[in-house]
Amino acid sequence: MAIKKFAVAAYDDEAVLFPAVKKVRKSGYKLHDVYTPFAVHGLDTAMGLKETDLHIAGFIYGICGTSTAVGFISWIFTSDWPIVYGGKPHFALPAWVPITFELTVLFAAVGMTLTFCYLNQIMPGVKKHVFHPRQSDDLFVMAIELNDHTPEAEVVKFLKGTGAKETSVQMAEEGWWYGRWDKKEEYEALNA
Amino acid sequence: MNDRFEIPARLRNTSIALIAVGILTLIGGIAALLTSHVDTDRARFWTVLLHDSVFFTLITAVSIFIQAAVSLAQGAWIVAFRRVPEAIGANVWVFGSIATVVLFAIVFTFKDAHGVNTIFPWVTPGNDAILLGKSAFLNKGMFVAFTLITIGLWSFFGQKFRAMSLAQEKAPKNDTKIYWKVFRLSGLFLLVYALTQMSTIPWLWIMSIQAHWFSTLFSWYTFASAFVSGMSLILLWVVYLKNQGNLGLVTIEHMHDLGKFMFAFSVFWTYLWFSQYMLIWYANIPEETVYFKLRQQGPYSIIFYANFIINFIMPILILMARPSKRNYFTVTFMAMVIIFGHWLDYFQMIMPGPLGAEWHINWYEIGIFMGFAGLLVFTVSRTLAKSSLVPHNNILLKETAIHIA
Repeated sequence: MAIKKFAVAAYDDEAVLFPAVKKVRKSGYKLHDVYTPFAVHGLDTAMGLKETDLHIAGFIYGICGTSTAVGFISWIFTSDWPIVYGGKPHFALPAWVPITFELTVLFAAVGMTLTFCYLNQIMPGVKKHVFHPRQSDDLFVMAIELNDHTPEAEVVKFLKGTGAKETSVQMAEEGWWYGRWDKKEEYEALNA
Repeated sequence: MNDRFEIPARLRNTSIALIAVGILTLIGGIAALLTSHVDTDRARFWTVLLHDSVFFTLITAVSIFIQAAVSLAQGAWIVAFRRVPEAIGANVWVFGSIATVVLFAIVFTFKDAHGVNTIFPWVTPGNDAILLGKSAFLNKGMFVAFTLITIGLWSFFGQKFRAMSLAQEKAPKNDTKIYWKVFRLSGLFLLVYALTQMSTIPWLWIMSIQAHWFSTLFSWYTFASAFVSGMSLILLWVVYLKNQGNLGLVTIEHMHDLGKFMFAFSVFWTYLWFSQYMLIWYANIPEETVYFKLRQQGPYSIIFYANFIINFIMPILILMARPSKRNYFTVTFMAMVIIFGHWLDYFQMIMPGPLGAEWHINWYEIGIFMGFAGLLVFTVSRTLAKSSLVPHNNILLKETAIHIA
C-alpha cells in the first residue's frame, strides 16, 4: 500500500457535515472516507457509497454450508459407515435437515463476519491510520486524498469554507496493515 | 394526493361476476352433489364449503391481528396503508358468519348412509374409545360455544379497530387518547387471538376432522399459513390501490417491508410444517403417522409436494434478494402464488379425512373459491370507498411518510 497525502477536516455538527460532503463530491475532490463516532443515517447515500455485495457472499457461504452438511452426512451414513437405526433408511434426509440448517447458518454467519471485517478493514491486530483522535469521540472527520492537481492550500481553504472546525494535512497509509512497530515509527516520523 | 377510493366499475362488475359464479356453482353443487346418493359426493359438497369459508375467515382475521401487533409495537410503517387491513378486518364478520353456518350445518345435519358424520367423526363417536375419551372437549356444545364466541369477538374487534381509526380523524389534532385506547385494545385482542386462532379454533374446525389424530403444533402451523396469506392479501390490495392512483404515502419502502413479511413468514411456515412432519416421521408411531400416510404416500402426494415447493422453495428463492422485494411485479406475483399455495395447504389439511382418495380440484372447488374471492373483493372495496384512504390526523402519519425499510 502506498503512503499518500490527505487533507483532513473535522466537523462538530451533522448539519454542517452533510452539506460539506455534498460540496466535496460536487467539487470533484477525491473523498477518501468520513469517520463518525456513531452510525449517521443517510451518510452512505450522501457519500455516494454503493450497496455492497455482502449478501450475495452470504448466500454463497450458506449454499457451501448446505452442501457441506448434506454431502458429508450422506457420505457417512450411506457409504462410509451405514448403520440401520430407528428403522430408518440409510438416506434419511428429514433427520439431517436440522444439522444442514445449522451448518448453513454457521457458514453464512462466519463467512459474512469475516467478509464484513475484510471490507471494513477491521480485524484483531490490524493497524490503521487515525486521522483525528476525536473521530471516535465527538467529531465527524472527513479525509480527502490529495494529488498533484489538488494543492493542499487550496483544499484546506475549501474545507474551511465548508464549516470545518479543524483542518490539517497528513501523510498516511491509506489501507490497513498488521502491527509492526518499525512501520509505526516510520509513520509517526512522517507526520512529526 | 388522491385520498378517496372510488370503486372502478370494472372492479365492481368483476367481483359481482365472481359472486355470481360462486352462487351458480353452489346451486350446481346442491343439484349434483348434495342430493347425490354417494356419501363422498355429499361430503365433498360440505368440505369444499368448509375449506373455503374457514380459509377466508382465517386470512381476513389475520388483518386484525396485524393491526393489533403493530399498534402494540407502536409501529408506524403500517399507517400509510392502514385502511387496507382495517377494511379487511371489518369484513371478517361476513366470512365468519358463512363459516359458522357451514360448520353448524355439518355438525348438526351431515350424516352418511350409516348415520356417521364422516367430516367431524366426533359428532357420532359410537363406541370409539378414543373419541369418547376426547368428548369432554370435542362435543357439540363446546364447538358451538367456541365458534360463536370466536366469530363474535373477531367481528367486534375488526369493526372496533376501524371505528377507532375513523374516530381519530375527527379527534382534536395531536390527541393521543384514541391512540392509547387502540394500544390497550390491541393487547386484549392478542390475548383473544392467542386463545382462538393460535390454539382452540384450528383444533375444533380443522384438526377434529381426523379426530383420532392430534398434533400440539397444529394451531401454530395453521396460524403461520393464514398469516403469510393474510399479508399477501394486504399486499395485493395495496398494489391495486396504488395502481388506481391512491395511497400516495406508500413508497417502495413499505412494499419492501410487506415483502419481508411474506418472505420471513414463508420460512416460518416451513419451520413449523417441518417440525410437525419430522417429529412424526422420526417417532414413527402409527396413531401419528396415519396423518402423513394419507398425504405423503397416499392419494394426496402431489398436493403434499406441491405445497412444499410453492410455499417454501418458491418464496425463499424468489423473495430472498432485496431487489425482488422492491419490485412490484415480483411481490404481486409471489403474493398470488402464496395465497394459492396456502389455499392448497388448507385443502390438504381438510380433505383427506372425509374424502380419502375421492378428492377433486374441479368445477366445484374452483367455482366456490371464485365466489369467496368475489365476495372478498366486493365487501372490502365497499368498505375502502367509505372513508378517506389516508388516516388523517393519525399521530404516526409523519413517521410513516418518512419510513425507510
